[in-house]
Amino acid sequence: MEDLLAGRLQMAFSLGFHIIFACIGMVMPFLMAAAQWRFLRTGKTVYQDLAKAWARGVAIFFAVGAVSGTVLSFELGTLWPEFMKHAGPIIGMPFSLEGTAFFIEAIALGVFLYGWERVPKWVHFGSGVVVGIAGLMSGILVISVNAWMNSPTGFDWVNGAATNIDPIAAMFNDAWFTQALHMSLAAFVATGFAIAGLHAFQLLRNPGNVFHQKALRIAMLFAAVGALIQPLSGDLSAKDIAVRQPIKLAAMEAHFETEKGADLIIGGVPNEETGTVDYAIHVPNALSFLAFGDFDAEVKGLNDFPKDEHPPVPVVHYAFQIMVGLGTLLALLGLIYLFFRWKKPHLLTHQLWLKALVAALPMGFIALEAGWVVTEVGRQPWIVYGIMKTADALTPMPGLVYSFVITSMVYVFLSIIVYWLMTRQIKSVNLSYAKPTPALTA
Amino acid sequence: MIYLILFFLLASLLLYTILGGADFGAGILELFTRKRDTQKVRNLTYKAIGPVWEANHIWLILIVVILFVAFPEVYRLLSVHLHIPIMLMLLGIILRGAAFIFRHYDAIKDGSQKTYSRVFISASFLTSLFLGITAGATILGRIDPEIIDFYGAYIGPWFNAFSIALGIFFTAVCAFLAAVFLVGETDDPALKRMFYRQTVGSNIVAVISGIGVFVAAGLQGLALHEMYLESTMTIASVILATFIVPLLWRTLNQGHYQWARLLAGAEVALILFGWLWVQFPAMIRLANDTVTYQAAQAPDAVLNVMGWVLIGGALLIFPSLYYLFRVFKFEQAAS
Repeated sequence: MEDLLAGRLQMAFSLGFHIIFACIGMVMPFLMAAAQWRFLRTGKTVYQDLAKAWARGVAIFFAVGAVSGTVLSFELGTLWPEFMKHAGPIIGMPFSLEGTAFFIEAIALGVFLYGWERVPKWVHFGSGVVVGIAGLMSGILVISVNAWMNSPTGFDWVNGAATNIDPIAAMFNDAWFTQALHMSLAAFVATGFAIAGLHAFQLLRNPGNVFHQKALRIAMLFAAVGALIQPLSGDLSAKDIAVRQPIKLAAMEAHFETEKGADLIIGGVPNEETGTVDYAIHVPNALSFLAFGDFDAEVKGLNDFPKDEHPPVPVVHYAFQIMVGLGTLLALLGLIYLFFRWKKPHLLTHQLWLKALVAALPMGFIALEAGWVVTEVGRQPWIVYGIMKTADALTPMPGLVYSFVITSMVYVFLSIIVYWLMTRQIKSVNLSYAKPTPALTA
Repeated sequence: MIYLILFFLLASLLLYTILGGADFGAGILELFTRKRDTQKVRNLTYKAIGPVWEANHIWLILIVVILFVAFPEVYRLLSVHLHIPIMLMLLGIILRGAAFIFRHYDAIKDGSQKTYSRVFISASFLTSLFLGITAGATILGRIDPEIIDFYGAYIGPWFNAFSIALGIFFTAVCAFLAAVFLVGETDDPALKRMFYRQTVGSNIVAVISGIGVFVAAGLQGLALHEMYLESTMTIASVILATFIVPLLWRTLNQGHYQWARLLAGAEVALILFGWLWVQFPAMIRLANDTVTYQAAQAPDAVLNVMGWVLIGGALLIFPSLYYLFRVFKFEQAAS
């Protein structure tokens, strides 16, 4: 395998793995704190049991997120030393701030996990909230770095080196707000639906289990609200990309020819040779409207850019379709949930509804990973958009394929263990909440 | 500003060596624990390092971030030429972190506990060994950006007697730190005796392997002892470090465990300080050159911003860290 491909795959794998753990470690503390808050207000022990069970989940996911994040901070250098040599000083500010936020998060988590009987109960609850907020902050700060790669600012590029560096301008780059908003919401949607799906699955097997009912209720509130706001944030992102990275938008939409009143292309198989998309659905003028708010606006096509600057169009296009498709589906589920909760609460425990939620379990995370494929592959061949090519940032060390294989194996192995640990957690929760089923008592 | 950043780098290095080192050491010591005590030791280790071990990691991240922001060339050289030992160290960090948390949070305690422990122990060795090896490679001067053959560029700089001797020395120091720390954590007389024996053992190994580092340096053509004798600062650090050892044993024998911990920390601080001072102002010694901090530092605008962020971060972090330690560490010592 070519070194560049191996390096890119290793980075993709490491990021893709870390992102799942980071998102869960970021959002689950909010759920855990919400459960603990309900306990403090109502005094019902089921909420405390829930908070404790979720806290164990947070501990496992946070620990794996922390170690995989540590690995990433080194991998940036071991794989892309030329990139880090130039980018490190420019984007150092969000990284340093992220270190602080992460530190606070780890400390607060220590207080929450080990402080059940040791610290005053409201301090304890507060520490849970701090875990969530600090986690969210560190996520938002890391996004600033990625946003800078998409819209590099805060320096002058002269003869292959950065001068006149302004770290604050680099941090507050144009892409940060839309990317951070979209990703934070995605974390809530993905984690919320994953946890909801898990408890829905348990409810199907143990109908009437109070523990899982309460859990589902808390998780779905976060998931539904997030899923309903997400399309609006997606629209902001699209409008931003249309101006800032027109070639990425063109790849997402598989839009080859520059035209006024451009069609929105849904699905289909892009053909890079002929510049056409086969078997696609066309919505007249919709792309112009979505990108610029005007049905007749001009949208740049891929053919306006030199061929060697094209990202791999099919990958970006498919990933984008997956993200938008699943996102729309989840928003719909969120809407149905809120409607049920408002008007038809008895349907919330209906078998079909629970089955739908189980089906939705992985969708948020699939959409989230697809979204990262869109933003990362869509930026290729650049590592820093318009400034540095990915191939030029690669380490000179050959044989990266070995490092890729080992890293992937470790991550796959860890994923399997975490999955297995979760099943064991749930098994032990179910044992303590085991109730005679109605059929047996009758 | 550059001095402030160097100070933060030194402080993070020191805290990681002491706190992270004790953390690795706890894993290393488990190997030398008799079977019937293993469960008790595991519980104790968990109680002692569980609440703070996540925080320990962050010193390493801070070191990395300071390096790539403020000294990008140093970070680049290290990550290109020491790619392999760094990856092996990271493998250790991932596996031991995961195994440690899995062992405790697994809802069902069965045979899998044994596997977690094995992974935790071996990964602890791996981490401290390769951390030491990486540190050794930065001073030995085998890193040569001109070389292009694979062995010379990516293996030779760290795969040598000196770096490996340093890895072994660091492993012994970690075990020593953990043993001194754990002696004061338990009231069980049998465990206390065991940790005391482990303190003696690791101290002996540390002294022997410490001498080994100088011998290996000589074999590799690095006149480390002469470098140490060049400056009064390093001579002072060596003398002080030597005097602390009997003092530490006295406090330990009299049961003043907090003092013993403090002295062990000071001991490691002196060793680290002497080590860094030997090559100061160089951050890495290359085959035909040295990279000083002045040559590697980022532009002033970057350093200024980073300095303020570090100050702000420290103002937030240290009070919260103090709270965490107060709640968990001091209360235990008092009870």
